[in-house]
Amino acid sequence: MRDICSGSTQSDREHSSTVPEAVEQAEWQQSNAECLVLETGWDNTQNKMAVELDVFVGNTTIMDEEVYQLWLDGYTVNDAVKVRMEGGVMEECEASADVLLSDTMDQYRTFQMCERLLHSPSKLANQLLFQIPPNRQAMLIERYYAFDDAFVREVLGKKLSKGTKKDLDDIGAKTGVTLKSCRRQFDNFKRVFKVVEELKGPLVENIRHHFLLSDKLGRDYAAIVFFANHRFETGKRKLQYLTFQDFAFCAGQLISNWTVGAVDNMVEDMDVDLDKEFLQELKELKVLITDKDLLDQHKSLVCTALRGKTKAFNEMEANFKNLSRGLVNIAAKLTNTKDVRDFFIDLVEKFIEPCRSDRWTAADMRLYLTHYNNSAHILDTFKHQAVWDRYMVVIKSCIFKMYHD
Amino acid sequence: MPGKLKVKIVAGRHLPVMDRASDLTDAFVEVKFGNTTFKTDVFPKSLNPQWNSEWFKFEVDDEDLQDEPLQVTVLDHDTYSANDAIGKVYIDIDPLLCSEAASVISGWFPIYDTIHGIRGEINVLVKVELFNDLNRFRQSSCGVKFFCTTSIPRCYRAAMVHGFVEELVVNEDPEYQWIDRIRSPRASNEARQRLISLMSGELQRKIGLKVLEMGGNAVVGYLQCFDLEGESGLVVRAIGTACTLDKLSSGSAPNSNTHMHPNTAPASNACNSPSKDGKEPVFGEDLTSSSGPPTPFRALPTTSSSPPPFSPSKPCSRQSSSSDTDLSLTPKTGMGSGGSVGKEAGPLKTLLRQQTQTALEQREFPFFTLTSFPPGFLLHVGGVVSARSVKLLDRIHNPDEPETRDAWWEEIRQEIKSHAKALGCHGVVGYSESTSICEEVCILSASGTAAILNPRYMREGCLDIGISDHRFEEPSPPSCGFCHIPYDELNMPFPAQLTYCYHCRRQKVPDVLFTTINLPQEAAVTGKGCLIQARLCRLKKKAQGEVNATAISNLLPFMEYELHTQLMNKLKLRSMNALFGLHIQISVGENMLLGLASATGVYLTALPAPGGIQIAGKTTGDLSNEHHILTIQKRINDTIAKNKELYQINPAELTEEVVGSPIPEPRQRSRLFRSHSESSDELSELDLSHGKKDAFVLEIDDTDAVEDIHSLLTDAPTPTGFYSCNTEIMPGIYSWTSGVQMFTSVRVFRLSNASLTNQGLNKIFTDLCENLLKSFYFKLRSMIPCCLCQLNFTVAVPEEELIQVAVTAVAMTFDKDQAQEKPADKPTTKGGSETEEQLQFPMELCADASSANTQPSSKISGTVSLLTPAAKLCQNQLVMVLSPGVPENTNVSSRAASVDYGSFADRCSTWLELLRLKAHTIRRGSVKTSRRTQSLIHSVSSLEHCSPLPEGRSRSLRSNRSFRGSPVTVVKMTPLSFLPGTRIIKYLGIINMFFIRETTSLREEGGVSGFLHTFIAEVFAMVRAHVAALGGNAVVSYSMKECMLMENPNKNQAQCLINVSGDAVICVRETDQEPNPSMANIGQTCASGTDGAT
Repeated sequence: MRDICSGSTQSDREHSSTVPEAVEQAEWQQSNAECLVLETGWDNTQNKMAVELDVFVGNTTIMDEEVYQLWLDGYTVNDAVKVRMEGGVMEECEASADVLLSDTMDQYRTFQMCERLLHSPSKLANQLLFQIPPNRQAMLIERYYAFDDAFVREVLGKKLSKGTKKDLDDIGAKTGVTLKSCRRQFDNFKRVFKVVEELKGPLVENIRHHFLLSDKLGRDYAAIVFFANHRFETGKRKLQYLTFQDFAFCAGQLISNWTVGAVDNMVEDMDVDLDKEFLQELKELKVLITDKDLLDQHKSLVCTALRGKTKAFNEMEANFKNLSRGLVNIAAKLTNTKDVRDFFIDLVEKFIEPCRSDRWTAADMRLYLTHYNNSAHILDTFKHQAVWDRYMVVIKSCIFKMYHD
Repeated sequence: MPGKLKVKIVAGRHLPVMDRASDLTDAFVEVKFGNTTFKTDVFPKSLNPQWNSEWFKFEVDDEDLQDEPLQVTVLDHDTYSANDAIGKVYIDIDPLLCSEAASVISGWFPIYDTIHGIRGEINVLVKVELFNDLNRFRQSSCGVKFFCTTSIPRCYRAAMVHGFVEELVVNEDPEYQWIDRIRSPRASNEARQRLISLMSGELQRKIGLKVLEMGGNAVVGYLQCFDLEGESGLVVRAIGTACTLDKLSSGSAPNSNTHMHPNTAPASNACNSPSKDGKEPVFGEDLTSSSGPPTPFRALPTTSSSPPPFSPSKPCSRQSSSSDTDLSLTPKTGMGSGGSVGKEAGPLKTLLRQQTQTALEQREFPFFTLTSFPPGFLLHVGGVVSARSVKLLDRIHNPDEPETRDAWWEEIRQEIKSHAKALGCHGVVGYSESTSICEEVCILSASGTAAILNPRYMREGCLDIGISDHRFEEPSPPSCGFCHIPYDELNMPFPAQLTYCYHCRRQKVPDVLFTTINLPQEAAVTGKGCLIQARLCRLKKKAQGEVNATAISNLLPFMEYELHTQLMNKLKLRSMNALFGLHIQISVGENMLLGLASATGVYLTALPAPGGIQIAGKTTGDLSNEHHILTIQKRINDTIAKNKELYQINPAELTEEVVGSPIPEPRQRSRLFRSHSESSDELSELDLSHGKKDAFVLEIDDTDAVEDIHSLLTDAPTPTGFYSCNTEIMPGIYSWTSGVQMFTSVRVFRLSNASLTNQGLNKIFTDLCENLLKSFYFKLRSMIPCCLCQLNFTVAVPEEELIQVAVTAVAMTFDKDQAQEKPADKPTTKGGSETEEQLQFPMELCADASSANTQPSSKISGTVSLLTPAAKLCQNQLVMVLSPGVPENTNVSSRAASVDYGSFADRCSTWLELLRLKAHTIRRGSVKTSRRTQSLIHSVSSLEHCSPLPEGRSRSLRSNRSFRGSPVTVVKMTPLSFLPGTRIIKYLGIINMFFIRETTSLREEGGVSGFLHTFIAEVFAMVRAHVAALGGNAVVSYSMKECMLMENPNKNQAQCLINVSGDAVICVRETDQEPNPSMANIGQTCASGTDGAT
């Protein structure tokens, strides 16, 4: 008999060992290796008699949202059990620690088995292995792709490469997110990036369609992809006060105004890249600072409009030329990839910081930029109204968003 | 060519990457049926190939159609080396052979590999064109419907219940063939899967033939099991109840006789003639004249130990390997059972009973695998009858042939039959059989409930009369009638405590009733029921051969006794008086025996209230001891009081008798019949009554007794909001809502301490079961209020220090508010509303003389002699009758009991005989399919009749075939015969699947737990996929028959075998609101359910 318990090593006879394994399967097994660690944990708590095996499989897959979150957050089984015990679920249901442990193990196993499917969420809907109601599927996906703002803030604009992945433990330590969770989030970013990179059409829609995410999460991922693609500098000390949501908003503005897809949905090119022609045209705006007459004219128009409407009028008047130079120079330099990366740091250094040191209020900022933008239209020798608007609409909203403590 | 099978391979999806270089796969498909193979083109470089093949056509015998599975293999094309297999799909095409079931199989099937599990999915389309075959010698039985459901399936009406059918086929296990040494595990597993699939098909076909022979058209309560005997072979066996079922159509008048199956028509004529005078003598003549040959032994008063009247008979020349007790199934004797006898009304009751009795005795085994019956079918229930027998597998004379096993089961069935007779019953309902194998030792078990069935249902062609004289025949109301004792009060089979029925006050009832069936829906119940389990471990010495068998058979009676005692005590502790769905499993391991008895306790209103439990200390005077006893007594009393409240047991105590003695006369009524089938007429009986001890007390005189009492009290009550039972539905809950969660859970414990005592083991085992239940309650807490139904525990000892418990059950939600209102007048409502469909449930007793033919009695004697060697096999049988009247005071101290044990053991010396027959090592495979030339008559019309699916459906199927976006059909699964809140409109066929999974990378798959978790999920997925492909959306009567796990963590290996079965159905939501939800759930939907039938 080919006895499983005492027979000769079977792999000798296993022809299929030469069959190339599915790539997925390799990943799958890797993730499962962690499961073993969990099982030893089980043994520790059961000294007297070892539970050799313990499984519970429902026809409809049972998933506890609380445990799912703990799993996503990278808790070990034992830690998860502790958290659950503190949560009071035991008293509520007259359960013992053993029961809780067994349940947590089961759920963790289920999640691990599901993880492979979550990597391509569209598979989750037509796979046959787990019977999961559609609303639960949506919940699983949404939570799996959710991320910690603190973590993503650290990774934002970095290259999604192996190198960055190696630094995850540092990031984890800094942000208080477990390494396991960091890895999941990082891999999610990378996975989305890889898929979307090659696709044509609107970025947010592509992400939502391929990963079945909500609108909000889709936009966030679009921002992450966009930042990773352009490698925007976000890590400098001066930018530390900005949150991920600030950046995500700005990314949304850039995507919807400055990319090729922003003007023409039908074009072949993708949403991920900035419109090169537009960037070239931005050089034309230099006339606003190089032409002395134009600069003075612009200043007087703005000052006339602002006079008496704000306490910071004097500072505005005094700084007008500096500020205007700053903004126009940013525009003119955007053809350089290097300068694109520094877009946010430039905005802060050249515009936001001077204003902040002059104690402008948010309302002042709003007032100033509105008039600064509008006045340019009145300049009769200034011919680049369209480019100016396309530039300023983004700059305005970005600065509004970024102008806080 | 009686059939044309057409297969189309449409597409694949989610295939694994087979070529690392390209990260893609060049897939093609081989379609194999019998010996014919077709191939699709290679669809290069895709993980989602679209083959869209032509129709592959197989022209085959319907015999093959029944036996063979369709085999679809997906491979990766490789130009330079051998093609790599991705995986396989086995499709059972049986459902297509029955016109009333599915018409096409179409859908996504998981591609399954025994090493890698599910690897992608394939879309397949299968159709069958079947031609009518009028050859009466045919070997196929296409068209016979099979149901796992152990009641008359909804949307059918039983025109006739013919009775017990059984069959058994044997083959060599491919794992033990010499070739297994050189082939890969994958090849070996696949050979095994294919063989079992083939054997199941053959078995089903043979059972179908028997059914056709009996004039039936369906098998209900079909229970198929396989025994992996190891060296001696692989056995697939099945039992069931043959019926003639009529599909209920919306307009059909239920009282018409036109539903009769054609084959039974002559029989009904036969019964009309004696009905003219309807006198007993005539009946008797009939009996002798026509029933003689097939079952000459029936007439003899057999004791349980008399040599079983083998009647193996090979009716057709062909079946060399089939089991053949089927002759016994043919005695459709011409005893018309007097259609008009009923007219003579009341006084004839006894006559009728005799009639029925004799009528049932016509059959070799008056057994019914059904557990639920139409109202009024069960007249009286006697009690549980069970029989066990220990056999040595290495002593089988001719392991390839089924005769030996047939003889074994035959013996056991005879035992059961005689025990039923001892209880004054002529039939056995809720009958089931099982085995437990460890190395070469095999325990065969059978159990059922002895019962008297309504003679009204025994007659044929006289249904209207039967209904009209209802009130004469049935003086006892249906809500308590089945509790009335079937045996003669003056001549009781065992001493029992009888009282007048607390419901009708007219007839005697026992004080306790044990049964294996579901609670009859019309029964009057007080409060709610609950799951009651008795658990037991017994160590035994490791031994070989006969010594081992002896040791085991010596242990068995003690185990049965103790399980029984535990059940009684726990029943009392819950203040209940009846057990339903009793299932006792005894599992054998190398160094221990495990016993697990599960049942649902109920308080039957008709039975007397159980008394309390009293504790007594042996040594009086010791003050601390006295105090201790008092505390325990208080705890017990508190528990009883608490349970009464919990289960809402507050019977109306209206009578003086009840209050009279809280501690009734404690005479003892349980006894063991112990017998050796070889020794001729000796019947040793064990009286389980504990001597003359008249106090019904638990005596505490040593630590063991204390332990016992403690273990009594350790059963944790179910958390609030939960109920549990092992029957179909919970007595006392009538308002199910639609929430359903079926689950399977498996736990294996390793006993680390080698020097464990029985007590210690018991504790561990009990904790294991209790913890499992606790886990379920916790996991399912979101469903509260809910009830775990059909909790089915299976225990096994897979290795020396392992205990495995597998549970399959369903959690169902219910409406709490409605559940609490006490359905006081429920029985009467039921009785009033019962439709005539339910009443028409005659059993076939009239034989058409034409079929009581063929078997000359000489042949029988011939076979007896042929089987004598088998009878000499080393064996030892133990049979136990659980009487209905087991007393309230089985609670004796274990010390006292052990005295009884000793004397018992002395009396029952085991009788073993050595068999020096050499075990054969080389065997031929025994699945033989001999072909006969068959005359084929088919006409154009028949072709048209069988033409596959209506155009509409195929179109719709094509439309969802698009790869993305076709949502997976939700398939509900339940071990019950119904889904609450829905009605079944169509049965699509039986699901019977067997899978093997093996791994050589156990660690990487998450250890044994990860491995089994994945496998069970995969099995569920494959069951669902098959059901969905048949066009169904649910599986009812689902069960996991086998879950055999072998592991070797050191080698990083594991292997698991799983066998599941169930009925694929289409069910629709119950749109028309039923006024009484309980009706909907208990199966009264038949009539209404037909409206939507397609």
